[in-house]
Amino acid sequence: MTIDPSPSRLRRTPLFDLHVTMGARMAAFAGYEMPIQYPLGVMKEHLHTRAAAGLFDVSHMGQIALRPRRGSVADIATALERLAPVDVVGLEAGRQRYALFTNVDGGILDDLMIANRGDHILLVVNASRKVADEAYLRAAVSSICAVEALESRALLALQGPQAERVLARFAPQVATMRFMDVRSLSMVGSVCTVVRSGYTGEDGFEISVAAAGAATLASALLEDAAVILAGLGARDSLRTEAGLCLYGADIDESTTPIEAALEWTIPRVRRTGARAGGFPGADVVLEQLKSGAPRRRVGLRSKDRTPVRGSALLFAANADAQPIGKVTSGGYGPSVGGPVAMGYVTRALSAGGTSLSAQVRSNRVPVEVTDLPFVPHRYRRA
Amino acid sequence: MLKFTPEHEWIQIDGDVAVVGITQHAQEQLGDVVFVELPATGKSFGKGAPAAVVESVKAASDVYAPISGQVIETNQSIVDDPALVNSDPMGSGWFFKLKVTKPSELDSLMDEKAYKMQLG
Repeated sequence: MTIDPSPSRLRRTPLFDLHVTMGARMAAFAGYEMPIQYPLGVMKEHLHTRAAAGLFDVSHMGQIALRPRRGSVADIATALERLAPVDVVGLEAGRQRYALFTNVDGGILDDLMIANRGDHILLVVNASRKVADEAYLRAAVSSICAVEALESRALLALQGPQAERVLARFAPQVATMRFMDVRSLSMVGSVCTVVRSGYTGEDGFEISVAAAGAATLASALLEDAAVILAGLGARDSLRTEAGLCLYGADIDESTTPIEAALEWTIPRVRRTGARAGGFPGADVVLEQLKSGAPRRRVGLRSKDRTPVRGSALLFAANADAQPIGKVTSGGYGPSVGGPVAMGYVTRALSAGGTSLSAQVRSNRVPVEVTDLPFVPHRYRRA
Repeated sequence: MLKFTPEHEWIQIDGDVAVVGITQHAQEQLGDVVFVELPATGKSFGKGAPAAVVESVKAASDVYAPISGQVIETNQSIVDDPALVNSDPMGSGWFFKLKVTKPSELDSLMDEKAYKMQLG
């Protein structure tokens, strides 16, 4: 077997020294030297996150503040609705929403979080897209607001059923927060922006903290016996089981929100009425909402134990030469206890229960189209 | 005679039969093994050809034939319980047995001391 050499000349997060001290295996991800796993390993980090709590460093992600030049946050909300088929105007202060930037073909430029912080808008974007997103925003909305990349802030994700109890020791108010609530809370000497969200399918929180306070906060959280550090390996297997998309794998500029089965992000007010359309690629997206997309992102379960991974081709029948789709994410799901995958298939073959086969090395592996997620979401909605 | 490859396979040679597996270092690097794919008995491989696959949660990795040979037996117990590769990589976690066809190729492999020096 071949083992990759260690990376060099990459950016580091404020928690780099902690990762090294904790024995992390570091690797390059989106230009950063990130912890892929700690000595416990991906499997145990994944299972512990679902059973108790995992702490993830996601400081590589882009945090971008949009502050009004004159006017108000409402003007920024209106401007963002010209970039994304989402309801920003109706987003109340203290709330966050998942959104997609679309291109003129209806493809996805990025998936992101939009939070209304009352006096400004806060975006959290993918690490691999943050430079492009920032330039795009400067070109599109800088007449209305200042676009400020919050380079000096870390981002931690505390995920799992014990997350609330652990975080409440430092800020009791978190217990009253619902899924996608955003608050400023003082914890361990830092004023943090805390959102009840995450990308594992579990209840949990994402905590934006000044770089200087990040290691102190992380260490304080890790003092609780329920909390372990978890790396990007576990984050990937957790989000795959939760049926959540990874930008660049499951969604990109060639996939529309409808093809990606993300139409739930597009609210009624952007489909009909005065605020319908008005975003890039609206003609394509609204037409697909009405008539369906030519292909769909679906869950795929192997009928045997062979993991089916990203870029595997999918076929309608075992003997077919012409593929009908492609796997975009997949691997072993520790909580499922077997292979999990997702990918795109032609619409006619996208119904749950449809039998397909996947090309894995020189074999065709039987797979079945299945509903997502593989593991139910456990968000604190009420 | 026990030999090692730079790709972290071990090979135990007894007469014209060689047992092949992955090293302790390799299993540590992989992490929890969740799936193993072994070659069909009777199949022949040239030295360095991918002969088996070992998969962790994260990724699939090839296991290469350390020398040329024909597969005479495979270890079904690591297919049924892939964690054996982690718990006993140099013993019950073996992958396959080869009938050695080019014994001279063994000379190019490392002994244990040389392998450990490669690991540093």
